[in-house]
Amino acid sequence: MNEKNILIAGVGGQGVILASEILSEVGIKAGYDVKKSEIHGMSQRGGSVTSDVRWNKEKVYSPTISKKSADFILGFEKLETLRSIDMIKPDGVIISSDYHLDPMTVSAGNQIYPEDVEEKIKKIHSRSYFFSNEEVIKKIGNPKAINIFIVGALSYFMDIDKELWFDVIKNKVPPKTVELNIKAFEEGYNIVKK
Amino acid sequence: MPKKLLSGNEAIARGAYEAGVKVAAAYPGTPSTEILETIAKYNEVYAEWAPNEKVAVEVAIGSAFAGKRSLCAMKHVGLNVAADPFFTLSYTGIEGGFVLVSADDPGMHSSQNEQDNRNYARFAKIPLFEPSDSQEAKDFTKLAYQVSENFDTPVMVRSTTRLSHSKGLVELEDRTEQEAKEFPKRQEKKYITIPAHARPLRVKVERRLGKLKEYSEKTDINRVEWGDKDLGFIVSGISYNYVKECYPYASVLKLGFTNPLPIDRIREFVKKVEKVIVVEENDPFIENEIKANGIMVDGKNIIPNMGELNTDVIKKSIEGIKEVSKKEAVPVRPPALCPGCPHRGVFIVLRELGLRVVGDIGCYTLGVLPPLSALDWQVCMGGGISLVQGIAKAWDDKISDKVVGMVGDSTFFHSGITGLIDIVYNKGLSTLFILDNSTTAMTGTQENPGTGRTLKGESTKQLSIKKICEAVGVEEVYEIDPYYLDNLKEIVKNAISSPRPTVIICKNSCMLLKFRAGEKFTPLKVNSEKCIGCKACISVACPAITYDKKNKKAFIVKELCVGCEMCAKMCPVAAFEKDGKSLTYPNIHKIRGK
Repeated sequence: MNEKNILIAGVGGQGVILASEILSEVGIKAGYDVKKSEIHGMSQRGGSVTSDVRWNKEKVYSPTISKKSADFILGFEKLETLRSIDMIKPDGVIISSDYHLDPMTVSAGNQIYPEDVEEKIKKIHSRSYFFSNEEVIKKIGNPKAINIFIVGALSYFMDIDKELWFDVIKNKVPPKTVELNIKAFEEGYNIVKK
Repeated sequence: MPKKLLSGNEAIARGAYEAGVKVAAAYPGTPSTEILETIAKYNEVYAEWAPNEKVAVEVAIGSAFAGKRSLCAMKHVGLNVAADPFFTLSYTGIEGGFVLVSADDPGMHSSQNEQDNRNYARFAKIPLFEPSDSQEAKDFTKLAYQVSENFDTPVMVRSTTRLSHSKGLVELEDRTEQEAKEFPKRQEKKYITIPAHARPLRVKVERRLGKLKEYSEKTDINRVEWGDKDLGFIVSGISYNYVKECYPYASVLKLGFTNPLPIDRIREFVKKVEKVIVVEENDPFIENEIKANGIMVDGKNIIPNMGELNTDVIKKSIEGIKEVSKKEAVPVRPPALCPGCPHRGVFIVLRELGLRVVGDIGCYTLGVLPPLSALDWQVCMGGGISLVQGIAKAWDDKISDKVVGMVGDSTFFHSGITGLIDIVYNKGLSTLFILDNSTTAMTGTQENPGTGRTLKGESTKQLSIKKICEAVGVEEVYEIDPYYLDNLKEIVKNAISSPRPTVIICKNSCMLLKFRAGEKFTPLKVNSEKCIGCKACISVACPAITYDKKNKKAFIVKELCVGCEMCAKMCPVAAFEKDGKSLTYPNIHKIRGK
C-alpha cells in the first residue's frame, strides 16, 4: 500500500478533526509522508465538516483528495457521507454511522432530508458499511467516542500494528478518556472483523 | 533535526520563533488566528491580541523601529484596516526585521470577500513570499526576516486558507537570537515622514525594488523543475501542489518570491517550453505582470479567477472535462448559532418586533439565515454601528424606531467605538446592540479587552463596555441578560422610541466557554401529546430542535440540547418539559408578536 487517502465527513462538534489528527500521526509513525487538510471557521457551528488525510510512501503534494480518489470515507452522519460520495474510489470502502441529524435547512422546512440515505449510498457504492450509532453508543457508553470507534473500524483495513494506534490515541485524547477511547477503538476493530 | 506535523499557521509561527522574533501582534481572524495562538506559547516572544489589525501592525512596527524583529498576522480583510501604517512603513523601512502575514481566503470559507492581498505587496512596493506547504511556510518566514533586514523593507508572507489549515511535516530547528544591538539612534530623515523626508524615501523605494528584482532572479526559492518541454506551468503558493499532482511530467517554474517577479527567468522558461500556463488562485497577479513584460502565456483564460483551486478544478479547466455527477442534490448544512447561544434571544425579539437590523462580523452574522432571517445589512467590522447613522440620516432620523445596529464585544473594541462617537457627536438617535458573550467567539474564543485575560493567559484590566459607552456620551445604556426575552423586548421597545441614542448591552457568555468550564445541562423534552405541531419552537433556529414530519410533532435532539428554553418560550401550549416538569411562561404574550 503505497498511498492511502482517507476522507472524514461529519458535522461540527462530532470530533472529525481529532480523528484526522490521529490518522495523520499514525501515518507518520508507519513511515508515510502525510498531509491533512481541514476547513474550520464557520463550519464549527454545526455545519458540515470534512477533513482529508493523505498518506504516501513518496511525497504527498496536494493536501486535498481528488474526486474518486478516496480509499476510505469515514462518515459520522449519513447525510454527510452521501454529500462526499463522489470522492470515493471505485474500489474504496465507506464506513458510516447511520446517525441522522437534520440540518437547519431541513428543520426549518426549506429542504428535505432524503428518506433512504443508506440505500442510496449503497446503490451508488456497494462497498459501504453502516453501523448503528445507537447500539455503538450503548456498547461503548459515551457518544463522544464514536470518532475513535470509526478509527478502530478503519484500522482493520490497515496493516499497522495495534500498539502504534494505541500510542497515538493515548497522546491525542484527554487523559481521563484514554480507557474509554481504547475500548471504542477495539469495538470498532471488532465490528469489522465480524 | 526532529520533524513534526504542523499546520501552515503553526509553521509560520515556528519560523518566526526560530528567526528570533521578539514581538508579535494580531487581531484574530480566520484563517490566520492560530499563528498568534502558536507563537504565544514561546516564552521568548512577547505576543498580544491587539484590539484591531491597525493597532497590531503599529505595535509590530514599533518593535521593528526599536531594532527587534517583529511579526503581525491577519486575515486578508484585516489588512484593509491596517493599510495606513503598512504603506508608509514601506517608505521608512526598519531596524529589526518586519514580517506581515496575510492569510487570504480563496473560496470565502469564512470571509465576506475574496480579495487577493498579493496586490497589496505590489501596491506598497514590498517583497512577497508565497509558501506552498508547511515546511516552506516555516522556511520562507525565516528567510523573510533576512530579506527584510538586508533590503531595509517590510515583507509580506502570503498564506491562504488551504495552506494555513493544512498540516504537513516540518523539520524543526533551534531559535537563533538576534545579535544584541544598542537602542537605535535618532534618524528623523528616515522615520519622520514629513513631505521633505518622504520624497527622498520615495526614490529609495524604487531603488530597493530594482535590487529586489535582482534577488528574485537569483534566489533558489524561485526554481525550475524540468520535465516535458511541451507543457509547462508557472505556479506560486498552494497551486504548486495541485499542478505537480495533476501533471507530474510537465515542467514547472515554481515561484516562492513573487514581488518583484524574476522576469528574466520567466522569459527564459517560456522560451524553452511550448505551452505555458500560469496557475494561481484568484487574481492574475503573476500573469498580468508577465504579459505586461511582453511575454505571452496562458492563465486566467483557462484557470478560474474565482474560488479555490484544487486538482479537480485544474484538470477540468485545462482538459475541458465535463463530468456528470451521479449524485443527487443533498440538503445543505450551513453553520448555525449553537444550542443555548445567548445571541438567539436577541434575534427572536428583533424578529418579533419586525425591526430592520444592521449586523456585523461575528457569530451573530448567522442570524441572517432562516428561520431567524433577522439581519438586513452587513459590511465589515464596526459597520454594525456606523451604517445605522447613515441609514437614519438619509431618512431624516424618521426611521430610528425601525432600524437598529448590532456589534459583538470584540467587534466593539475593534472598531465599534468610533462609530458610536459619531452617533453621539452628530446627534443620532439610533438604538444599538452590543452582543457581549465575553469572548471572540467566531474565530474560536480568543481573549479581548473585555475578558480580563491576555493572549498569554495572564489576567489583566477588564474594560467595561458600559463605561466606555457612557464615557463617549451615550446617556441611555442598558445591560441585560438576553435569555429573559420579555424584559429584553420591553427595553428594546423603549429604546427605539427614545429621543436619544441608546445602547443595549446583551451580556451572557458564549456556550463554548460554558462547555469548556464543564457546566452541566439538562436537555428539554417535548411532550408529544401536548405538541400541536405549530413549529413556533422551530423558528428559534436551534440545531437541537427539529420537526418530525411523520408524527407532525417537534422533537429535541437530546445530545445537543442544553436546556436554554428558548424554544419552550415560544410554545403556545406549554408542551416542553424539563426534569419531567412542564415549562410554562406567564409572560409568553409579551414575547410573541409586536
